Amino acid sequence: MSDRTHDSDRRRLLRAMGATGLLAGFNALLPAYAREGMTRHLNTAAAQVPGGGARDVVMDVHVRREMIDIAGGRASAITLNHTTPGPIVELWEGQNAHLRVHNHLDESTSIHWHGILLPFQMDGVPGVAFPGIDPGETFEVDFPVRQAGTYWYHSHSGLQEQVGQTGPIVIHSQGDDGINADREYVIVLNDWTFEDPHRLLAKLKEMSDYYNFSERTLGDLAEDFRQSGVATTLKDRLAWGDMRMSPRDIADVTGYTYSYLMNGVHPDANWTGLFTPGERIRLRVINASAMTYFNVRMPGLPMTVVAADGKEVQPVETDEFQIGVAETFDVVVEPRADQAYTIMAETMDRSGYARGTLAPRAGMVAPVPALREQPQRTMMDMGMDMSQMDMGGMDMSHSKSAKPMGHGQMAMDHGSMQKMNMPKKESGMAGMSHQGHKMADSKMSGKMAGMGHDMKKMAHGTGPNAGTMGTGAMMEQSGPVIAKHGPDMHGAGNINIANVQRDRLAERGTGLEDVNHRVLTYSQLRNVVPMQDQREPSKTIEIHLTGNMDRYMWSFDGVKYSNATPIEFPYGERIRLIMVNDTMMEHPIHLHGMFMELENGQGEHLPFKHTLSVLPGSRASLLVTADEPGRWAFHCHLLYHMEMGMFRVVRVSDQSGENNA
Amino acid sequence: MLKKSTPAILSATVFFLGSTAPALAASDGKADLDSVIPAGPADPNSGAPLNWKKPIHDQQIHKFFLIDRLEYGDVDGTNNYLWDAQGWIGGDYNKLWLKTEGEGPMRGGSPESTEFQALYNRTISPFWSAQAGLRYDVNPNPDRGFAVLGLQGLAPYWFESDTSLFVSEDGDVSFRGEFEYELLITQRLILQPRAEINMSAQDVPEYGLGSGLNNTEMGIRLRYEIKREFAPYIGVRWEQTYGETKDVAQAEGEETSSTAFVVGIRAWY
Repeated sequence: MSDRTHDSDRRRLLRAMGATGLLAGFNALLPAYAREGMTRHLNTAAAQVPGGGARDVVMDVHVRREMIDIAGGRASAITLNHTTPGPIVELWEGQNAHLRVHNHLDESTSIHWHGILLPFQMDGVPGVAFPGIDPGETFEVDFPVRQAGTYWYHSHSGLQEQVGQTGPIVIHSQGDDGINADREYVIVLNDWTFEDPHRLLAKLKEMSDYYNFSERTLGDLAEDFRQSGVATTLKDRLAWGDMRMSPRDIADVTGYTYSYLMNGVHPDANWTGLFTPGERIRLRVINASAMTYFNVRMPGLPMTVVAADGKEVQPVETDEFQIGVAETFDVVVEPRADQAYTIMAETMDRSGYARGTLAPRAGMVAPVPALREQPQRTMMDMGMDMSQMDMGGMDMSHSKSAKPMGHGQMAMDHGSMQKMNMPKKESGMAGMSHQGHKMADSKMSGKMAGMGHDMKKMAHGTGPNAGTMGTGAMMEQSGPVIAKHGPDMHGAGNINIANVQRDRLAERGTGLEDVNHRVLTYSQLRNVVPMQDQREPSKTIEIHLTGNMDRYMWSFDGVKYSNATPIEFPYGERIRLIMVNDTMMEHPIHLHGMFMELENGQGEHLPFKHTLSVLPGSRASLLVTADEPGRWAFHCHLLYHMEMGMFRVVRVSDQSGENNA
Repeated sequence: MLKKSTPAILSATVFFLGSTAPALAASDGKADLDSVIPAGPADPNSGAPLNWKKPIHDQQIHKFFLIDRLEYGDVDGTNNYLWDAQGWIGGDYNKLWLKTEGEGPMRGGSPESTEFQALYNRTISPFWSAQAGLRYDVNPNPDRGFAVLGLQGLAPYWFESDTSLFVSEDGDVSFRGEFEYELLITQRLILQPRAEINMSAQDVPEYGLGSGLNNTEMGIRLRYEIKREFAPYIGVRWEQTYGETKDVAQAEGEETSSTAFVVGIRAWY
């Protein structure tokens, strides 16, 4: 436990200073990054979206390698116009953008405009869209702005993105967007390491659990013996041991090396956005980190999600959302009280957090919630087929009663759930997932196939969110099985396959199954405009997300980029893109150049996504109209997964690929 | 750079591609359809011009060097040292794998055993690699060379396994299996049981080996990972000889079993 927040003395000092209220009048002693006037990050003013009348934009972006103060230390970073994250690139829909990228590095670089529709030659992926920007050169992109929303930009060269080369993009809509915010801030989330990212990657390659200091220990074993009984616990341990995988494998890279930054600011320095009580504030949340998923919430302040990946959705009020790497969510908050609110961005593995504050006046703070318990992977994530499992003597009829008791009864048969305290929680089921998955692990459950259905109904009956409870929970809280895996094991570069593939879009993100407030799910996203291209897809492409954590190999269909050829999207056609996640962790899969419409049950109002976080053991389906000619990158946006080969080129062309590959 | 390409992209060409496809004009901010396939030779992975750099680097050569055991053993009267290290260099599927181990008395003299292996390592499944190559023993005298066939990997239930079949230059066949397991007491305090077994297919009198089971070495080590890369440990090592090998040892007045308390270092880079 004590390893979870592996912090340097320097950071402890900062924390202590914050705790003792020494911040006011303490400017001189603060580290430079927190001092006024030394803004290498997006301070209050720089993170506020200026707005103004629609206009063509000409902007210069200077890419430099320089020593800066960051995350409580001093390091060599790649800055954009001397800051990291870089300045807001603010554009207007219907106008033109002329952006000039100047490379002052001694190596090749690039800027990818993430989520932006433009000619592919300007998309900024070296080796795919253009040759890269050589040292001393300037690269100019010039395009009409065809969209509105929150996006971002980052290097697509090597590991430069990890060392600071990211920044926000805000595009104002041409008409009235109906959001009517009084004030807008970008909230850019980053993970920062003082390690050389190449060394970091080498460590993962040599010892893939290097950064995981949350593995199950002897102490956990004793605890599980006590809670669940020896037999159940041993079965669980043997099941994981048999697979040679760890249920505590939540993040490859953790707070052991990362500091998590909000607008470039360490949590102890507390990035603060100011507001006047009663205002509508639009927060444009961008996960610009290399490897980290965040859970974002603002205790005491409901958030209304109004856009996902830049594109507007029908407003959904929620209390927390999980944001995958490279995703963006726009939320509107309306703080009425004259008080500060914490913007809490806890990492999915709970090894750290980024944090900032919305406050009526500078210097005000609100309590920072403690990190919650670390989540665990389940057999659901492994794509295990529960229906094959043997559960002797369970009376299924009990589970039909829409009462938590049914579960209690079930549990008692196996001695693993007696200590559950069902009625305490709001939904009645919130408390069960921990025990529940152990049950699932322990090869319980006779006629699970039939039962799952009944229990799912039951889940729906127990509360507004019951149907969306998720991954750590049992199968009845998990989405339905919609497909099974074929015989292809995807070779030595892949460990696991999703034997059964679930629709998990209605589930909460990993670790949020049990929180007792509202959590956004993908199934809630509903486009504000109906689907434009209503044609039936003429081509279906199924892609499996594959990997070998032990050897730190990552790929699609077990084949890494250097052994693959482009994926062909015939120009003008409607494509159905199916992604099956055979690995036990989520991957944020990003398609450049075109939006994907997520088939999430919203009829003709499927939401647009440029990056979809595909839950482990799940099967997700997206629709794409191939109307943007080009060679577009398609990849996992976890930086080190991409670099290891989880990458393809999607080619939108009117010629067959035969002559070109 | 785009100075070169921008005008071309935005040149006002208009396409109509049947009734279902939207009309495309370059002024709409989309690329020209004809610009997708390069005129010259194309890279098979990207479809981009052949001479461009790679977008990602998934064929990197990595390397790893592990001193699994470097220890001092306290055995009655004959304190000794032992090393056991291995390393590799290569890609995901093909590696050069090197191993060395040996031991000797603390009080001078040459080591009792000194062994080097150089192997080609091929990834054959998610957790297993096949190995083939050469072993050369400097000690005990005289030097000996072996051909090696091995299987190394992670067995179910997290057993690190390293099994090798050796054929010496004289045609003697022997087998060695090494198995390790890690039990986490805390995230940094790790108990590691270890077992090694050596077998011979025939008598090799010159080296005091009988056919069948030659010897076993069991150990248990408790290490503390100050950093992942550096962990001191303490432990116990039990060695036992069997059968004819034991008879030979007895005849020569050597110990046939021993218990050593060990202190050592595990380190890697």
